[in-house]
Formats: sequence, C-alpha cells, structure tokens
Amino acid sequence: MSSIATITIAPRAAERHVPSEAAIQDAGLAKQRIEPASASARALPRWVRRASGPIALVLLWHIASVTGALPGEVLAGPSTVISSAVKLFQTGELQAAIWVSLVRVLIGLAIGGTVGVALAVLAGLFRIGEDLIDATMQMARTLPHVALIPLLIIWSGIGEAPKIALIALGTAFPLYLNVYAGIRNVDSTLIEAGRTLGLSRAAMIRHVVLPAALPSALVGLRYSLGVAWLSLVFGEQINATAGIGYLMATAREFFQTDVIVVCLVVYALLGLAVDFTVRTLEKVFLAWRPAFSGT
Amino acid sequence: MAASVQRNLTVVETDAPVRVSERPKVAGQAVRVRGLTRRFGEREVLKNLDVDIAPGEFVALLGASGCGKSTLLRILADLDREIIGEVEVPVRRAVAFQAPRLMPWKKVWRNVVLGLPGRPDRARALAALEEVGIGQRADVWPKVLSGGEAQRTSLARALVREPDLLLLDEPFAALDALTRIKAQDLVGELWQRHGCAILLVTHDVEEAVLLADRVLVMKDGIIAHEERIDLPRPRDVADPVFARTRGSLLDWLGVRHGTHGNA
Ligand SMILES: Nc1ncnc2c1ncn2[C@@H]1O[C@H](COP(=O)(O)OP(=O)(O)OP(=O)(O)O)[C@@H](O)[C@H]1O
Ligand SMILES: [Mg+2]
Repeated sequence: MSSIATITIAPRAAERHVPSEAAIQDAGLAKQRIEPASASARALPRWVRRASGPIALVLLWHIASVTGALPGEVLAGPSTVISSAVKLFQTGELQAAIWVSLVRVLIGLAIGGTVGVALAVLAGLFRIGEDLIDATMQMARTLPHVALIPLLIIWSGIGEAPKIALIALGTAFPLYLNVYAGIRNVDSTLIEAGRTLGLSRAAMIRHVVLPAALPSALVGLRYSLGVAWLSLVFGEQINATAGIGYLMATAREFFQTDVIVVCLVVYALLGLAVDFTVRTLEKVFLAWRPAFSGT
Repeated sequence: MAASVQRNLTVVETDAPVRVSERPKVAGQAVRVRGLTRRFGEREVLKNLDVDIAPGEFVALLGASGCGKSTLLRILADLDREIIGEVEVPVRRAVAFQAPRLMPWKKVWRNVVLGLPGRPDRARALAALEEVGIGQRADVWPKVLSGGEAQRTSLARALVREPDLLLLDEPFAALDALTRIKAQDLVGELWQRHGCAILLVTHDVEEAVLLADRVLVMKDGIIAHEERIDLPRPRDVADPVFARTRGSLLDWLGVRHGTHGNA
C-alpha cells in the first residue's frame, strides 16, 4: 500500500521542486542530492553562457545573408555591417556621431535627473512639498512625453534644445517616482530606532531616510537611462545635423541598410554600457543589501 | 545616582487641562509614571497606570500578550505621545527592541555610535562591541550577523550611550535557548557594571526572576501585581525560594491554577 502511495507522490515532488535528473529513487522516497555550489560549478564561465545567445543570433544572421535568404537591400549581412562600421570609424564619422549623441543624453539626464530627484526629495520629506508637487507629477507622468515633440519644436525650434528637453522630460519622471517611493517607504521601525538614538531631523534624513531610499533611486536611474535612449532616438528624428540619428537618416536616403544596422548596434551598445554602469553603481553602493544575486 | 529627569507630559483630550509644571529634578526616581492612560480608538490599553523605577533598579515587566507592555515601553522611550497622564523619564535613555533594528547600510561599528555627538568614534564603538563580546565583528554589514550577534550589537548601541534608563523590549525572545542564557548573563553583568535603571519587558518568568530586583505583572491596563526579589546574585534556578517566586508569578499571570482573581 505504502509503496503505491509513494510512487504517486514522488514524480510530482520531482516535478515541482527538483530538477528531474537530480531526483533519486531510494526506498520509495523522493530524494534530492544537494550539490555543493563549487561542484556544480559552471563548466563554462558565466560570461560565455551569457554571450552564447547573441553569438548564435549573429551566426544565424550571417548564414541567412551568405545563402541569399536575406537579401542585402532588406538587411545587410554581418560582414558588410562590420566592414562599413570599420569604414565609418576610420573616417571618424562614427566617433563624432556617438559623441554628439552621448552628450545629448548626458545633458538631458543631468537636467531631468536633477529636477526629478530634487522634486522627489521635496515631496518625500515635506508635507507641503507632497501637496504641491506629488499630485501634479502623478498627473503629468501619464502623458507620454514623446507626444510633446510638436510642442517642443514650436517652443524651441529644431536645434539641440528640443532633443535635450525631450530627454530631460523623459528621465525626470522615473527618477521622481522611484526616489519619492523610496523615501516614503522607509522602514518605520528604523525611523523609530533613529529617534531613540537621538538623531536630529537632518541626521535622520542623512543616515536613515536617504540611504534607505537609495536602492529605489538606482532602480529609477536604470529606468531613466532606458527612457533617455528612447528619447534620444525620437529626438534625433527631429532634423538632426549630427549624431547617430543623423547618420541613420542619411543612410536611409541612400538605402544603406548596413549603416542603419551599425547605428542600431551602437544604440544597443550604448544602452548596454549605461546598464553596466548602473549595475556597477549598485554593486558599490548597495553592498549592504541582503539581496538575491541569482545563480 | 541623580539621574537628570525630563518631564514629558502630553494630553490629547482637547478639553483636558494641560498641566506643565516645571518642577525641579526628582532625585528619588528614575522613572515616575502617574495616571497614565493610552487609548487606541475606544480601547483603553493603559488605564490610569502608575509606575516608579528607582535609579539603578532592575525591573522586569511581565504580562499576557497584548496587555500593553510594549505600549508602555514605547511611551517611556518617547516614541508615543498620544497619552494622558504624567510621565517622567531620564533624558539619557536607550532602547533595545525585540528586533535589533540596525541600519543595514552602516557597518556594525557605525551602527553602534550612530547618533552620538561628534564624528563617529571607532575606538568607542570597538570598546562597546568588545564589552558584549563581538569586537571582531565591527567591520561587517549587519546582514551577515547571526541573530544573537545582531542582538548584542543592539545592546552595545544602547549601552554606548551610557543611559540612566535602559528599556529592553523582549530582547532575547528571538534567540535560541543557549544564546539566550548567555545574553541574560551578559545583561546582568552589564547592568552591574553600568548601574543604570533597566525596564525589561519579557514573557519569560524565569528570566524575570533571574535578573530583576522587582517584577511587575501587568493586567487589564494596570500593574496588577508587584514582587520584590531579594535573592542574592548570582541567582540559582534550583533555589526553592526561586521556584516559589516563579510559581507565584505564574499564578498571577493566570498560567497555573486558572486565572487569579482580578486585582
Ligand atoms: N498603533 C496601534 N494601533 C492600535 N492598536 C494598537 C497599536 N499598538 C498596539 N495596539 C494594541 O494595544 C494592545 C497592546 O499592545 P502591546 O504591543 O503593548 O502588547 P504587548 O503587551 O507588548 O504584547 P506582546 O507581549 O505580544 O508583545 C494590543 O491589543 C494591540 O493590538
Ligand atoms: Mg510587545
């Protein structure tokens, strides 16, 4: 009788909790061997595993274009893309374009970030700040900021200003929302502990409230950077005379799909680079956090 | 041991008279509570409660769960001013809660000296950590501390303030039995060395009898019973007087022979 019961239970347990190959049948009991982390150690280093997906994709793309399944006027193959990237690099066009775009993002982020964080701190720390700022921000954030492009052009022409304004607008909101939420969700037991330690209001903000809001602020920064690239792409469609968007617009005129792909790859790489920067910031500033680091 | 005393009188009832008398320091008591009432909505959790604690006295507070022990302690820690009545506590006081409540973003030693005037004094933090036996853990993040280590850190953080009154809200409740015995011994030693008044909230009758000069039993919002414990220290659990005291307190808590008559 009992053997029948265990047989019906074991596979389900194995399905639910245990990778099936690790499930061992022993005396009718579903068991699992816990492998030491070092033993199950990755035959492959982490970065190799992470890189394998993109590499396979590029390989597929290459095969598709050399076999003619993917004609060059639809999408240039990787080899053409690489050679045109090298050409653009040698003429210096690529670096110049990247630099212009990067500066746009950084200026926009600096303005938007400063405004977003400042408003969030005011709204988070002061009741009057909350009343004045938060309702407005919560309303304004529902508006897709790219919808403001026509207005921005009317207000500030088609030069650098609307591009940077668009990025600033886009980045201010994610930072505002996350910093504000971070400040408002500070563990009240820690605030109480701070009070029993005799912290003044300023010391409480410095030693308790702001550090507690930091994880949330970095999440906001990451969102902001994502939005910043998106805004850049939109913004550079506005009659750009320099930058990656300009490079792309020119390429479109001449049906240079290889250059367009180069620009897309650059956008992606820049996005990856800032993501890496935020990750590094998190590692440095959030070392105290008992956070889940994944396997 | 003339503790400097802070007057802390707050009245929530708008029609109640607000009496703020600036009487000189009361040298006689570290804690003086008169007619303390605390309501949560319609419910009176503390009802016209009186408590005195002498300077340097170790008082344990027992009572059924939910009877208002933490509420009283929070009021004494000046974390709750929605009260009616008179409360006087020393200006220099410190609290250790059931959860250690360390700031996770500060290294252990910085937690210990947080809130002290001046620059963070590492030597002072180390001395305090040494005193509770975890000097070697000064430079780690609180997340890596074990439960007992975190609780000791919290104790060090309280003691480094050299309080005249130390408020302890079930500081050992989350510890395993062995660690708890060590922590109790530690508190006993620290108390004898520092000579501060202690109010220890606990569920553990044995712990109360082991450590306290006086045990208060709280019931229905008042101090229903008070037992002075004159046993010599260090106390022996096997002592018949110890056992008798514990039995009587358990009676008062309504644990042994049904509920005791209401006082
Ligand atoms: N902020 C609050 N709002 C409403 N009711 C509260 C609040 N704080 C405490 N109470 C109530 O007051 C009563 C006393 O709570 P308190 O925390 O003082 O109990 P306690 O004696 O410390 O219990 P325990 O031994 O379980 O910790 C409880 O019934 C609780 O529900
Ligand atoms: Mg309690």
